[in-house]
Amino acid sequence: MAATHDTSALAGPGAAPARRPIRLFRNLSSKIAALPMILVATVIFVGCTLWTVVHSFTSSRLLPRLDWAGLDQYERLWSTPKWYVSIGNLAVFGLLSMVFTLLIGFVLAALLDRKVRGEDVFRTIILYPFALSFIVTGLVWQWILNPELGIQAVVRSLGWTGFTFDPLYDADIVIYGILIAALWQGTGLIMCIMLAGLRGVDEEIWKAAKVDGIPTWKTYTHVIIPMMRPVFVTSLVLIASSIVKVYDLVVAQTGGGPGGASEVPAKYVMDAMFGAQNLGQGFAASTMMLLSVAIILIPWAYLEFGGKKRG
Amino acid sequence: MRLTARLMGASALCAAMAATSAAAVELEVTHWWTSGGEAAAVAKFAEALNATGTHTWVDGAIAGGGDTARPIMISRILGGDPMDAFQFNHGRQAEELIEAGLMLDLTDVAEANGWKDLVNPPDLLDACTYEGRIYCVPVNIHSWQWMWLSNKAYEDAGLPVPTNWQEFMDSADELQAAGKIPLALGGQPWQSAGAFQVMATAIAGTDAWLKVFRDKDSEAVMGPEFTQVFESAAQAREFTRGSNVQDWNQATNLVITDAAGGQIMGDWAQGEFALAGEVAGTDYSCLPGLGMSDVISTGGDAFYFPAQDDPEVTAAQKELAQLMISPEVQVSFNAAKGSLPVRGDVNLEAVNDCTRKGLDILASGNIIPATEQLLSPDTAQQVNDLMTEFWASSDMSAADAQQRFADIIASAD
Amino acid sequence: MADPASLNTLAALDPVHGRTGAVGDMAGPRGRRPRRALSRGNIMLYGILLLVSVYYLLPLWVMVMTSLKGMPEIRVGNIFAPPMEVTFQPWVKAWAEACTGLNCDGLSRGFWNSVRITVPSVVVSIAVASVSGYALARWRFKGSEAFFAILLIGAFIPYQVMLYPIVILLRELGLYGSLSGLVLVHTIFGMPINVLLFRNYFAAMPEELFKAARVDGAGFWRIFFQIMMPMSLPIFVVSMIIQITGIWNDFLFGVVFTVPENYPMTVQLNNIVASVQGVKEYNVNMAATLLTGLVPLIVYFASGKLFVRGIAAGAVKG
Repeated sequence: MAATHDTSALAGPGAAPARRPIRLFRNLSSKIAALPMILVATVIFVGCTLWTVVHSFTSSRLLPRLDWAGLDQYERLWSTPKWYVSIGNLAVFGLLSMVFTLLIGFVLAALLDRKVRGEDVFRTIILYPFALSFIVTGLVWQWILNPELGIQAVVRSLGWTGFTFDPLYDADIVIYGILIAALWQGTGLIMCIMLAGLRGVDEEIWKAAKVDGIPTWKTYTHVIIPMMRPVFVTSLVLIASSIVKVYDLVVAQTGGGPGGASEVPAKYVMDAMFGAQNLGQGFAASTMMLLSVAIILIPWAYLEFGGKKRG
Repeated sequence: MRLTARLMGASALCAAMAATSAAAVELEVTHWWTSGGEAAAVAKFAEALNATGTHTWVDGAIAGGGDTARPIMISRILGGDPMDAFQFNHGRQAEELIEAGLMLDLTDVAEANGWKDLVNPPDLLDACTYEGRIYCVPVNIHSWQWMWLSNKAYEDAGLPVPTNWQEFMDSADELQAAGKIPLALGGQPWQSAGAFQVMATAIAGTDAWLKVFRDKDSEAVMGPEFTQVFESAAQAREFTRGSNVQDWNQATNLVITDAAGGQIMGDWAQGEFALAGEVAGTDYSCLPGLGMSDVISTGGDAFYFPAQDDPEVTAAQKELAQLMISPEVQVSFNAAKGSLPVRGDVNLEAVNDCTRKGLDILASGNIIPATEQLLSPDTAQQVNDLMTEFWASSDMSAADAQQRFADIIASAD
Repeated sequence: MADPASLNTLAALDPVHGRTGAVGDMAGPRGRRPRRALSRGNIMLYGILLLVSVYYLLPLWVMVMTSLKGMPEIRVGNIFAPPMEVTFQPWVKAWAEACTGLNCDGLSRGFWNSVRITVPSVVVSIAVASVSGYALARWRFKGSEAFFAILLIGAFIPYQVMLYPIVILLRELGLYGSLSGLVLVHTIFGMPINVLLFRNYFAAMPEELFKAARVDGAGFWRIFFQIMMPMSLPIFVVSMIIQITGIWNDFLFGVVFTVPENYPMTVQLNNIVASVQGVKEYNVNMAATLLTGLVPLIVYFASGKLFVRGIAAGAVKG
């Protein structure tokens, strides 16, 4: 916190109301406080993104270089079957992951919010997977879902010899095998955020709802959830960004297999950049990823944050 | 913090020992050799360097192979704070670093010590050479063209152990019927691609193989030799069903535990058999060139040395380079690594049957370059992607795969 | 810094908060209705929670059991079965003996490095993010939302893509290879999510509180430290969970932006787990993972207490 104190001392005079406010100096403390964020947004995210986009039009291989290649990298990208598989997987995985993480996260938070005995224990049980690295999350789930070691073997040893459950080795359903592990890892955090949100809901609202005789579930769907909009926004961004970036888990669980059936765009980018040593191709793929994110996010961000002004 | 202090104390001690000489340098070396045998091999380098009494080896091991280590190496070099030496696959991967002037020119060391005459096969040094200058030290030879067979698995099925690929394929059905996986194959893409290119050398022959991989002749891909390779691979992939493993050594383990009949894998697989206490000839058999042709490829690893400003560091780097290729270190390093030395003039005794076969082929000069010397990493990646798809699913026909492979070769750079 | 009058007003406000908090405490958490201990709803509730716990605990069970087995038992046995012969050797090995390259001192080697990286990174990144979030929520200025939108989109960029440009940037700043460079990188990449978290939390706080403080003449920093922060314990906890976990488990940045003597523990973990050759020692892998995860796990347990206190603080509203 030392850093904050320093800045506060610096900003002290600015915080005092200026006699003749000049536009730039109005709200100066806030601007100073937001300076790191502004710098990160412009220098890092805009700057480095531009750098990436520029280099996607080059034939950079091992090192970033400015030898122009026009749209070559994009033509190649859109004629690569692996890229299409990656996008398709991301769509399925993304949709399911989004829906289930939100649903499970909220329901668990709501359950825990009902004055559960041993709430601490349950919360930690649900959250702990978040503490473990993806490398091992992938490895453990690879075991549990492995037909010779895990669930299938156990069920078969109990007598159901016809039982088949090998999601990681069946190209058609492999992405669901990854989803199981992803949900295990990620729902805890969302539950925690939802819980923090639920705890922020006013007690009076519950009392009022009770007085009005509104059933609990209806209070949730009609009153609480609309109130928790910011919490849902946070969760949504958190889930969506981790979906777009999903990489380590796939590598650890399937390595993209079987036969490339569980490839995802982030892995395509990484394979191109560091495996194939074709930076240009990796940058082209990540530019496409960013472009689609921007197309979805910018209108939404404008509606969400751009329209209304607050004091 | 006490622990840190202790650690620092320990390293200070090491530094103090080295500090006796004015030119003492700590050389930071990055590599991805982290398993038991590999680490033991790296230790030979470190011991040799520390034994000079002046320099010390600072170990920067990163597990996970080249894909994990490469961004780290490149970042350090780009960031202007490079390590002093790093492991890299030689061949075409490092060309750009050399072009950008980021690598130390080792030509004077190489000439002073006659590397040109002693490196065998010579194309290993060629792979380190760029525009007539030498930039890396080759340290070992690995070859891909091997098939490893479990004698016990065949015994269990009441079958003779095959002596070539054809026999293997002929008896695969019966082996499968006996409850064994005929061909173990891990899920990592490079394994599928490797198995395929080994089959290509064995079935299509060296000439056709060179036409495709060296000359990038896409018509040769569509020729009858490669048609045969693809058809054989399409049959073979049905015999891999049931090997639900990822890592190559887990696949090797299927052979070691006699659950699988055989595996196509490079000579590094022998390290696994050795660790499991298996004996070549009695517990397992090996077929160089799949028993079809006595040809092996000569790939390997090399070390590069980023250019540094400090002349003392540069001198130490050159010293390390020469040490790595010196006869004693070559023998001790390669014995630990399970690979072959890059010098023709060192004597290897007490090697097992399989290594002996490899050495004989090497001596006879029946060698081809490794694919990583011929294909750019970009092309190799495309081949990997295609092959893993082809091997994993029966949906892709041999003809489709052949066509797509031809396209990749046609656009290869 | 501010005039005494506002101080007084703030002080006067505090007992009110304290009282409301106490009332909130007595009223208990939201949604609770008094009910018998064994009502059908309760059975359902605990039934579901227990079932869910099984799903979450199953992998942990596998990991702990595996880490207590010897390798021969792992090769033959069922992964769910408890060990026939318990051994702590894998834990000892993971902590103190496992080799990463030439250094055979296990995870212990990187532990303090990880601490030295994580503590400043978490403190700086949360400090910066909370203040930025506060500015965005309560003290908007022209363009603040635009910068925020950019920041949000930044959350979607895979880190690895930004690697080389940031390396070049740090080189130009002269920070490449230093600990402060690494702290900066962690602060940057933790920013989008944490700023969003704080912004939304502060925005959801009752407007009246903020307005009352402003009328009393409290400025930007005063309101932040004396009103906003004490009421934001749950969100600080959530942010801490995200940052500590992310930074403690980070491998890529730790290894790209530092030199070997500063490598964090995850480098050793990676080297133990991801060794591509040789026999995979699953028991050591699992022990190493559990050991590495221990610090975030302890934080989760400890933060449970904070979380509960956060409820009391949260009850201030109203």
